[in-house]
Parts: sequence; structure tokens; C-alpha cells
Amino acid sequence: MTVERIVSETKDPFPVGMRVLAVDDDPTCLLLLETLLRRCQYHVTTTSQAITALKMLRENKNMFDLVISDVHMPDMDGFKLLELVGLEMDLPVIMLSANGDTKLVMKGITHGACDYLLKPVRIEELKNIWQHVVRRKKFDRKDRNNSDSKDKPHADSGEAAGIGKADNNVKINKKRKDQNEDEDEDLDENGHDNDDPSAQKKPRVVWSVELHRKFVAAVNQLGIEKAVPKKILELMNVEKLTRENVASHLQKFRLYLKRISCVANQQANMAAAVGTADSSYLRMGSLNGLGNFHAFAGTDQLHNAAFRSFPPSGVLGRLNTPAGLGIRGLPSPGTIQLGHAQNSGHSSNDQSKLQSLVPGNHNTNILQGMPMSLELDQLQNNKGVTHIGELPTANSTAVFPVSGSLIDSRIAGFSNNSLGVTSNSLMLEGSSQQATLHASNLRDGVSSIGFQNVNTLSDFASIDPLSSQLRDSKADLQGQAAPINCNAGPMIRSVPQEWNAPYQSHLMSCSVNSSIPVNGAMVQLDQCLDRNNSIFHRTMDSDSIGPLNFVDPLSIEHSEGLNSAAMKPPVIEKEGYLMYQPRPHGNHIPDNIGSLEDLASAMMKQDRDKGNPTNGNFGHNSYSHRTCI
Amino acid sequence: MLGLAADRLRADTNRLLAFLFHQGILDEQFLQLQQLEDESSPNFVSEVVNIYFHESEKLLRNLRSLLMDRELSDYNKMGIHLNQFMGSSSSIGAKRIRNVCVAFRAASEQNNRAGCLRALELLEHEYCFLKNKLHELFQIQQQRVLAAGVRYPMQN
Repeated sequence: MTVERIVSETKDPFPVGMRVLAVDDDPTCLLLLETLLRRCQYHVTTTSQAITALKMLRENKNMFDLVISDVHMPDMDGFKLLELVGLEMDLPVIMLSANGDTKLVMKGITHGACDYLLKPVRIEELKNIWQHVVRRKKFDRKDRNNSDSKDKPHADSGEAAGIGKADNNVKINKKRKDQNEDEDEDLDENGHDNDDPSAQKKPRVVWSVELHRKFVAAVNQLGIEKAVPKKILELMNVEKLTRENVASHLQKFRLYLKRISCVANQQANMAAAVGTADSSYLRMGSLNGLGNFHAFAGTDQLHNAAFRSFPPSGVLGRLNTPAGLGIRGLPSPGTIQLGHAQNSGHSSNDQSKLQSLVPGNHNTNILQGMPMSLELDQLQNNKGVTHIGELPTANSTAVFPVSGSLIDSRIAGFSNNSLGVTSNSLMLEGSSQQATLHASNLRDGVSSIGFQNVNTLSDFASIDPLSSQLRDSKADLQGQAAPINCNAGPMIRSVPQEWNAPYQSHLMSCSVNSSIPVNGAMVQLDQCLDRNNSIFHRTMDSDSIGPLNFVDPLSIEHSEGLNSAAMKPPVIEKEGYLMYQPRPHGNHIPDNIGSLEDLASAMMKQDRDKGNPTNGNFGHNSYSHRTCI
Repeated sequence: MLGLAADRLRADTNRLLAFLFHQGILDEQFLQLQQLEDESSPNFVSEVVNIYFHESEKLLRNLRSLLMDRELSDYNKMGIHLNQFMGSSSSIGAKRIRNVCVAFRAASEQNNRAGCLRALELLEHEYCFLKNKLHELFQIQQQRVLAAGVRYPMQN
């Protein structure tokens, strides 16, 4: 296993002893989480309040390596905590929730979570979370390298604006090479510390609200294109702040701005699609530097996440909006050309500046990207429309296999310059849309969500094959059902066909009436479940229609259930524990146990023989580790 | 004689667990809980489950009071409680309860008061049932411990 390999190679116990802070207001889940984490040999601290967690984190910046937090908490929204932690402490944060709704997951990722786990949490998932710590540390260092080297040529490129030609690029390249050497030397001293993820000796700069405000003010004063760490540092005039700190923060900031601009692009795209193409809509893209820097926290995580492929679509994608078309006559072919340029790397006249944003193979895009800002300024002057165009989202997956984060920061810079103020929610929504395209990097979060959904649906779907088989044994069931059937007549209502046949005879009058709004198969099946459950577990219903003189279903169920237990359900040996095949919901009815169980065991046998653990119909419940539907 | 008692108790435990799994009342997650129980945390399962019961009763009370308020049913708040109930139920492997919560949540999202009431009653019922069964399970296990304990002096 990977963990062991690391332990033996570096003689560093990490990830053993990784310090995790777990936050969840639900004591059941918190205790379970704590125990699971301890089982993974992490060092765990728990708290049920987000405020306490923040306090702990602020007290000692180096106390923890990773934070796991629930999404829904009474004292503070989990997403807010996520952002604050990312911004102030730059720690990886994993979100935890019982709700696997895609929108929520998206929200988590766009706020910068490095993972989104669903409850119930499995120990297998927790065994892997240390990767987020390593990943972040590695990228942090690389970021600093890149951002430093970027900033110096950035100043030069400002002078070379409007041209962006090869000779400048060459110069920049040379400069960057030199800088890289310098930077590498600088960082080599700290290299050892950086390599040791668990013992971060480098003191972490906490970017507090005031500090960030100063930073943003300095950046705005200098102008986003001209903002170099050195000048920012001078303007901020904060002691003990190094250029590297500012540089990395600047990098994150640019990512954040780019993220916002993507949201704005999404908004514009939607607007264009709807046909409103209102220029004010387009303007709602991003924040100015001062506001909403909470969301800014996400940028670093974004950097690590799938969003590398994200960025250029933001600005470049704008070509399709009517406003964008009107301004520069950049037709939609432009976007297509961009797409091609991505692959071919050649540029045509009009598009040269835009295409230069496409990374191609080398790093000269920074310079080439510069003219963009001027263009944008012109655009802005012309029509007050801030963005260029927007790719229809459908295309963006094909267009941007971006390599570096360089582009991100450039575009972020441009966007910031041109855009007005917007609201946080817009940004989130937009980037969430954008993010759908590139969510492939999400690990357990999305996949397990998908799996869960599949589980749910297939679990319910598992009823269908069974029930079709049940139809055959309908006579059987009805015969068996006789003793249990209540004297109140069967109630017939709008139920899915599959349920009708076998269960009709079991239907008693209860408060479940046909006025239940049926909202798709899931709800319907839920209602079916309700009914089935109510059949057997409800003795007296307050809303029941008529007098019910039926036998207490519970006691019957018990005896039937015990009988079924005696019939030896298929037992699967798993890691030395006997695992009893949990039956799908269709098997709730005890008197069906005979027929259903035979079916079940037959199917189970089939699966086992085939060695197929993921039979969508039936076997997943037992074979998979994922329990919940 | 004592050995027989221990065997009988073990059989009882297995039968009860089999029944619970069969009926879909519990699922794999409960097994995970059991796996976490070891020498360092000998009463882990009962600890967690007792916390779960304590919290769940609070949640059920809250849900009922929210629904009983005929003037204004706060479906949002219900959703929050439900979310927590779902989370904790799925964490200990209470599959059926979790599923009823899903139905409940669907009803509350549609502001369907009747559906919510129904779901709540079902939830209360399922919860009581699970609580009884798990108490039974813990009792058997306690007896097993006692039965095992009585044996030791004789072995010595």
C-alpha cells in the first residue's frame, strides 16, 4: 500500500500522525469521524462548532494539516468556514455532508474544497485524504516559483504592450530563466522544509482581513497588469512580509479574479442565450479587489483542482455574445479558431492576440497576453462592455486543454481591470456551471455521489425486476397474504404498475391518499415504500379512513422475519465478518420472503459465480462498500 | 451449562442481526461500526448508538413541533433537521430510517404538509422499532459478556 511505501522510503511517518481538525455539529457523526480518523492513524482534534474551529486555527497556524468540516452547521455555514480557512490559513479543507446534491458539491468545490465526502463516511475514503495535504504543499511551492518569475517580465511586458512580438518574448524567456535560477537557489534553502509536509517550518503568513485589504488597495493603485510583488510590497509597507509572500498571494488573487470572471462569463452566456444581451449583465462579472475576498480563498484550491482547464474559457469564451460580436467584429468563427489554435498553435491576424492566450507549449503567453488587456480596455471604452465574448459552454470542453496557471493569472488580471462589481452568489453560480465541464478531477466526492445516486435509483429499480418476477408468483402472494390482509378493503390508487399486482392485496386503508404529488419515479417509489412500510408497521393511523380490524402487523412480521432468518439468507464472508445480504426494499413484506429470497439467492449466486460485484440490479447493496442509497 | 448459554446468546445475536439486515433496517454501515470496536474502544457501538438515540429524539421532537404549527410550517427548518437526521442515521447504518427521511425531505420540499405528517409518523415508528431492536441487541451482548465472564474463574 502506498502509505507503507512512503513510510519506509522517507522515514517520515506522514501520513501517520497527520493532524486533522474535524468539525461537525452532529455528535453521532463527529464521534464516528473521530474514531475512523484515529483508525487511520491520524492525530485528531474535534469540535462541534465552526467558531471554535476557527479560533483554534487562528491561534496556532501550524497546528493542523487538514480540516474536515460538515457543510450544514448552525453557527456558521460550512462554505464560509471553508473560504476563511483557505484564505487565512491556506489549509486543505474537505467538506462533509449528508446531502449529495450536485449543486452543493459544486458550491463546495468552487469555494475551494479539495474534496467533498458524503455521509456515511467510509474509512477507505479517509485513508486517502492525506494526498490533499501533499498536493497542496507541492503546488504551493511551484506557485511561488511561477509567480515570482512571472512578475518580473510582467513589468517589462507593460512597456511592450500592444506588440507582443517574438523578440520581447525571447527577452522575457531569458529573463525568466535567470529568475528561475535565482528563485531556485533561494528556495533551495527552504527546500528541505518544503519537502517535509508534516513539519512546515516556514512560518505561514496569515493574510488577515486588514492585510488583504492593504494588498488589494496596493494592487488597484498599481493596476492589475502592473502590479508586481515588489511594488505591492512597498505600497503595503508591512514589515516581516516578504516578496515571496506577496507573490504567492498575488497569484492566488489572480486566480480568484479569473474565477469570478468566468462566472461573469457564464452570466453573460446565459444572458445571451436568453437573448437579453444586456451589457450590464456582462458587467456583473467580478468584484473589484476590495469586496468579497472571502471567495478569494478558493483560488489556491482551484489551482490544484480541475480548473486549470477552466480559465481561458472565461475571457476567450466571450466572443459569442452579441455585444462582443458587435464591438470588434469578432465573429463566432473566432472562437472556433481559438479552438483550433489551441491544437495547432498558429495564429491568424485578428485572433493573434487572443490566441496568444492559448498556452501552446511555452511560457511566452504572458507577454502575448498583455495586448489583451489593452484590447479589453479599448473594448471597454468603446461600449462599456467589459468582456469579449463567451464560448458556448458546450464547446469549452474541447477548446481549452490549458497547461499552466500563467494564463489564469493573466486573464484574471484583465478581467479585473475591466469588470465592475458583482455579487458573490453570481460568481459561485457561474463558476459552478463552468465547473461542471471540468469536474472530472473530483475524486470520491462526485464519483461517490454519482454512485450514490446510481445506488438509489438502481436500488429502487431493483424492485422492478423483482416485482416482474413477483407477478408470476402473484397467486402465491395473494394466497399468503390472506391471513394478513386487513378487513378494510384494498385501496387502489395511482401506483406504478410494478407494485400493483403483488401488493394490491396488502393495501389497507391508511392515510396515504392519492393526493400525494408524484414527483418523478423516486418520490413515487418513496411513497410506495411508505405504503409498504405503513402496511406492516402501522397499527392505527390517525387519518385512516375506516375502522381497521387487522392483526398487528408487527408481530406477524416478527414471526415471519424470524422464520426467514431461519431460512438462512445468503451470507457473504467478508474479512472475517459475516455479512448478511441486506435485501432490497422490495423484500420488506415478510410473507414474500419465501419466493423473493429464492430469487434473491439465485441472483446472488449468479453474481457471485460471475464474480461481478456491481450488478446494478441487486448485488450492489451487498458487494459495494457504499451502503446508503 | 454456561457454554450453552453463551452459544445460545451468540445465536440470538446472529439471528437478531440477520433479521435486521434482512428487513433492510440496518445496512453495511452498521457492520463498519462493529469493526471499529476493539480493545481500545470496547463499547464503541453502544456509545455511538446511544448518542444517536439521544440526538434523534431531539430531532423528532423538533420536527413534530414544526409540523404541528398549523399557522406556518417552516419547511426550511424541517429540511435542516432532516438533513442532520439523515446524516446520523446513515452514519450508523439505519437504512430504513434514512430512506423515510428522504421521502420526508421530498414532501417538505413540495410544502406538502400531509405528506410530511405521514412521513413523520412513519419516521417515529421506524425509530421506535429500531431503538427497541438495538436495545435488545445490546442486552444480549451484555449477557454474553456476563456469561463469558462467569466462565473465567472456572477455567482458572
